[in-house]
Amino acid sequence: MSGTFVGMPAFPRAAHDAVRDTTLRGNLRHATHTIRAKRAKAVAEVSDWAELREAGKRIKDHTLRHLDRYLEQLEESVTAAGGTVHWAADAEEANRIVADLVKATGETEVVKVKSMATQEIGLNEALEAEGIRAYETDLAELIVQLGKDRPSHILVPAIHRNRGEIRDIFTREMSEWGRPAPDGLTDTPAELAEAARLHLREKFLRAKVGISGANFMVAETGTLVVVESEGNGRMCLTLPETLISVVGIEKIVPTWQDLEVFLQTLPRSSTAERMNPYTSTWTGTTDGDGPAAFHLVLLDNGRTDTLADEVGRQALRCIRCSACLNVCPVYERAGGHAYGSVYPGPIGAILSPQLRGTGSEIDASLPYASSLCGACYEVCPVAIDIPEVLVHLRERVVQGGPATREGNKVVLKPAKGHAAERAAMRAAQWAFTRPGVLRTGQRLASRTRRLHPRTLPGPGRAWSGTRDLPAVPAEPFRDWWQRTHGTGEDGGAK
Amino acid sequence: MSSRERILGRVRRALADAERDEGPYERAVERGYLREHGGRSTAATVELLAENLADYRAVVHRCTAGELPAVIAGLLAARGARTVLVPPGLPDRWLAVAEAERVPDRSESTPHELDRVDSVVTACAVAVAETGTIVLDGGPDQGRRRITLVPDHHVCVVRVPGQVVSSVPQALERLDPLRPLTWISGPSATSDIELDRVEGVHGPRTLEVVLVSGGDQ
Repeated sequence: MSGTFVGMPAFPRAAHDAVRDTTLRGNLRHATHTIRAKRAKAVAEVSDWAELREAGKRIKDHTLRHLDRYLEQLEESVTAAGGTVHWAADAEEANRIVADLVKATGETEVVKVKSMATQEIGLNEALEAEGIRAYETDLAELIVQLGKDRPSHILVPAIHRNRGEIRDIFTREMSEWGRPAPDGLTDTPAELAEAARLHLREKFLRAKVGISGANFMVAETGTLVVVESEGNGRMCLTLPETLISVVGIEKIVPTWQDLEVFLQTLPRSSTAERMNPYTSTWTGTTDGDGPAAFHLVLLDNGRTDTLADEVGRQALRCIRCSACLNVCPVYERAGGHAYGSVYPGPIGAILSPQLRGTGSEIDASLPYASSLCGACYEVCPVAIDIPEVLVHLRERVVQGGPATREGNKVVLKPAKGHAAERAAMRAAQWAFTRPGVLRTGQRLASRTRRLHPRTLPGPGRAWSGTRDLPAVPAEPFRDWWQRTHGTGEDGGAK
Repeated sequence: MSSRERILGRVRRALADAERDEGPYERAVERGYLREHGGRSTAATVELLAENLADYRAVVHRCTAGELPAVIAGLLAARGARTVLVPPGLPDRWLAVAEAERVPDRSESTPHELDRVDSVVTACAVAVAETGTIVLDGGPDQGRRRITLVPDHHVCVVRVPGQVVSSVPQALERLDPLRPLTWISGPSATSDIELDRVEGVHGPRTLEVVLVSGGDQ
């Protein structure tokens, strides 16, 4: 993963500033609470939600377990349908492939459908360096692009902006990029949507090259699926002569029938709708309808490294619905920017450190950007156990150990700054494996309990600053057991 | 080594620990979910379609096959449409009494030309009651994908009850994945401003669905 958020501070520092931004807090609270209630209602409408969730999980797990087979099958079906398949091991290679494809058309501008994969690889910046201007056409992406801002949410990258801020950005910046905002633009959402419609119309109508991602790719048929609301996706997918789709290799499902699960769970989880306004599916090219040339760029960029981790690989089931962001108490307060990645929130906290590795300060801090409350797991439509992966990644950060980076097995060193935690854990391990020591320690703790401080000294101070220390009982459990159920031997429990 | 080989090699090494399932896919995934939600009569299914279409701000009309030409003519006139895009295989009689000038769906038309057309009238391939969705598959009575996208007013005719299914699984069974499909649930909309739904962005801002029943459609 590259191209984004260089030099990002660790999560606690970035969040520290964000939680003091009252506008941001207000915007996020309003948006996440609006969508939470609606999602719960949309999910409650289908009586078989648990079964759909389970099937979605199993389809994705099966696909990931046989990913090589399905990738080859997909390549074959896309090619047979008139498309061209390219393979990109990392961000740089994907960007070069796309830039070369655009240059081959002779065009210097492209229109883009919102796509997490192209955000992840920093495609717009890479194209800019090649003299190609990429226009974002999703309303929220447009707000981010015009505001020279960074995305802060998977589904609604401009969720941190309220309607007044959006009006100001449109009024100030639209003229730099094309058609200016209408005079006297107010902050009513309908007027803002109309301003975006007018601004982008001329770009859609003249576009010769479209760039998209995809929500799903069907291996058996070679069909790609884009789920959207505004119609900007349809514009980019059907009006240009050339279409380039950059898609992560984990987006495959084996069969056409599998879509019946995800087309039910994705809209309800993301925008809390029975169905989103527009879903487009296409298989290669169609004579006389839509782009005459179709290129599919299959992107690895850390996904195979994630796949190599037995616990962490479940993150690849993600269908990018963003339900986990909307329900997360940490995301609601810290906002998306603090996560230092295009993937914020709970899913970002397990995806970014796996795609990018835990080498940087921000990535090593992300597994801790959670209270482990489990709300994310509960709403996830493919049942990713995010808390489980968070704890697993914390262990990797603190202890180091084997991991896979760019296809190679490596042994990670323990991260800096966790010395006290490691020492405490080592001491605990030592004591727990020596019953005599444990017994003596517990008795000592009980007898001295009136002398215990209310907060920990030294490195433990920060931890106990926001938590009560557990009260030590007057008698250790093992002594109590011995006294009341004792058999004369050593408590029976060894 | 090509990137293709590199990626496939990484996948295989990553899965070295994983148990492979060589049986048929149908048996690999348990599908405990429903084929449709609740049993309904045909009439109730059509009723649900109308309800859900309207819930997402499509304008729903109902008529018999005999009334259809007059209904379409009325919708176009009420809209003030001077021009209307027509797919090649749209039944002639649907527009028999419409006054708007017909613009054929041709591959040579530029997007700018389409942008000057007021309305479009199409049929559909299937409609999904539970989600209030109409699906177009580019058939002769629906035309190229772009003709239902660029004009601001789309009139879509659904033949009921024949084209209506209850659920998404039933719709997928009826559709051909090799055709380019457009699933439409209400007019273009966005949730990008404060996560609240607003209708009317790039696609047609007015979607009128005519549920036509009986007779020679």
